Amino acid sequence: MPRTAITGLRREAGGSPHTLYLEGPTILGWDLDLEVSATWDGRGGLALPAFTDPHVHLRDPGQPHKETLRSGLAAAAAGGYGTVVSMPNTLPATDQPEAVLSLRVRADALGLCRLIPAAALTLGQEGRVLSDASLLAEAGAALLTDDGRTNEDGGLLRYGLQAAKAAGLLVAVHAEDASLRRGGVMHEGQVSERLGLPGNPAAAETARIARDLEICALTGARLHLQHLSAARSVELVRAAKRAGLPVTCEVTPHHLTLTDTSLLQLDAVYKVAPPLRTEADRQALLAGLRDGTIDCLASDHAPHSPAEKEQDLLAAPFGIANLELVFPLLYSELVLKGAASLEQLTGWLTSGPRKVLGLPECTLEAGQPADLVVMDLASERPVDPERLRTQAKLGPWNGRQLRGWPALTLYQGRVVHG
Amino acid sequence: MRDLLDFAGWSKPDAEDLFATADVMAEVLRRPVKRVPALQGFTVCTAFFENSTRTRTSFELAARRMSADVVSFAAGTSSLAKGESLRDTVETLVAMGVDLIVVRHSASGAAHLVRRFAGVPVINGGDGARAHPTQALLDAYTLRAHWGELSGKRVVILGDVLHSRVARSNLELLPLLGAKVVLCGPANLLPQSLSGPNLEVSPDLDSALDGADAVMALRVQRERLEGGLGVSLPEYAARYQLNRSRLDRAGPRALLLHPGPMNRDVEISSDLAGDPRSCVLEQVHAGLAIRMAVLYHLLVGKKERAA
Repeated sequence: MPRTAITGLRREAGGSPHTLYLEGPTILGWDLDLEVSATWDGRGGLALPAFTDPHVHLRDPGQPHKETLRSGLAAAAAGGYGTVVSMPNTLPATDQPEAVLSLRVRADALGLCRLIPAAALTLGQEGRVLSDASLLAEAGAALLTDDGRTNEDGGLLRYGLQAAKAAGLLVAVHAEDASLRRGGVMHEGQVSERLGLPGNPAAAETARIARDLEICALTGARLHLQHLSAARSVELVRAAKRAGLPVTCEVTPHHLTLTDTSLLQLDAVYKVAPPLRTEADRQALLAGLRDGTIDCLASDHAPHSPAEKEQDLLAAPFGIANLELVFPLLYSELVLKGAASLEQLTGWLTSGPRKVLGLPECTLEAGQPADLVVMDLASERPVDPERLRTQAKLGPWNGRQLRGWPALTLYQGRVVHG
Repeated sequence: MRDLLDFAGWSKPDAEDLFATADVMAEVLRRPVKRVPALQGFTVCTAFFENSTRTRTSFELAARRMSADVVSFAAGTSSLAKGESLRDTVETLVAMGVDLIVVRHSASGAAHLVRRFAGVPVINGGDGARAHPTQALLDAYTLRAHWGELSGKRVVILGDVLHSRVARSNLELLPLLGAKVVLCGPANLLPQSLSGPNLEVSPDLDSALDGADAVMALRVQRERLEGGLGVSLPEYAARYQLNRSRLDRAGPRALLLHPGPMNRDVEISSDLAGDPRSCVLEQVHAGLAIRMAVLYHLLVGKKERAA
């Protein structure tokens, strides 16, 4: 197998430069002084294990105008990700073992980023008939979820959790009570009432989390709560974890950096589910991340075509595409502003999500997979939609000056970005 | 003023400037030949993605009184029904050479969206439950004609406040002019967390009416009352319908406003038809003068006076 090396890498910010040696898809070790067939220049960037994202939407199969496996995984590579979990709301829904296998094979052929598909908890994500947990597990599904098709039937969720537990799978839930959410397109509060837009109260999320935590206790099965948005949700999870429940949760970059006041711009790029909430909620989410109540970051990369996001706020679909911007956004908004350390941020993108998903922790030591990202922490440039690999070019941060861009991403020892 | 979408960034002098122009327009409307050449050569487009005969008629008449050409675009019979996007529709209208677009749309924020793609001045003729600025301007103009000054006055806005763009634009504009606004209606048709200077929210009509200088009864859609939100038509009529004895509570000099069209015996009782306190027809007249003034300010500029 070809040996390669990356020179000029820092192992911590401000550290001295080192050379990392790779053999095929595996790390050989640091500063080994070996003959290599190719060398890349890390240009003094910070070497990190490639990130893991437990929650992305790749829209494949079925919605190629929004995203494809190729565009979505290229975006993941450009964002520094080495492993992503795709949601099953494809067309048709990813609810069969063959569909899971097909996605894995197609992603492997692209060689841009590891894809571990999530499978639907119920057939067609319709909330009526459970999918085959053990067969989906055997096919390599990362977890089971009906995601945005919220689990309105609590009894069915209970049996789904029990079946998933027996199959050794995690169940992830988009915790929102549809009857409380109603037609809400943004957080219900002062801003929605000023704008005359239908509101989605925080209680839609917290009431559903309270129910699901009870079902989690009833079954003893692993439950993962997707994208928390409200302060009270963090409190509920904190108490549940203290009580020993097998629950984990995630938060998105947009809920950590934006609030409902963004909607004053009346632009559907800010329309997302669950909605952007208040500054108090944002602060509580940050505090929850820092104290470990929230286990990891998840992009909830939800691409839609520009024409779809250019519609009015009632007609436009929910979702923000952000996979390429997660690190520079959070490095600029959290680390550089003192709200989190660089080590915390990288932990929320690497060991945090891997622990949630039951994947082995990745380091940059000998014998580990050669999946890594080199961050140029000094690079500063505006978000240029034309440079994005995702097909979803309209987003909240277009034109925003961000610092800390991924300079080089390697997946299985091959350069996939940079 | 480049567009009129809402009252964000407005101050009292902005409104006063507009009212001064509207005074000139009102004088034009009293002439035997109600037409001036002020907007000759300009083309005004009314793009109504939601039906509204009276608002559209008022804008079109206002434009014609100033000799503008008027084209109207009705979504129901147009390309929108064929799946064309709002952006493509707006860009097509602008490519045809229209100089200003009046937009009406069922989604809050749609007027902002139109402005983003238009490149010509845009007037919000009502977007969802968010704003209907020319309605609030004509309401304030009507009150000003009676009072001279809105400072210190108490205006009750009564009915389905939650879904009303008329209420939202009035609660932006009237406090700006010094008036106090009291929002009143059934609990589930009132905003739950709205607050602000010179703004009060009350589900109790009798106490809201005490000392009121004007009452604005909003149109209540029967569908809302039949939508299962806990207030039936009989309950609404019993608790919130504006009738003579309730208006008497506000006093003999209180003014009655309604944005129209009225649902008699729903939000307003028949015994108030022809009541001398009613300003409903004055509002319609003020609407013409205000819309002429807005069109003039946006197309010509406020410095030069019309006529």
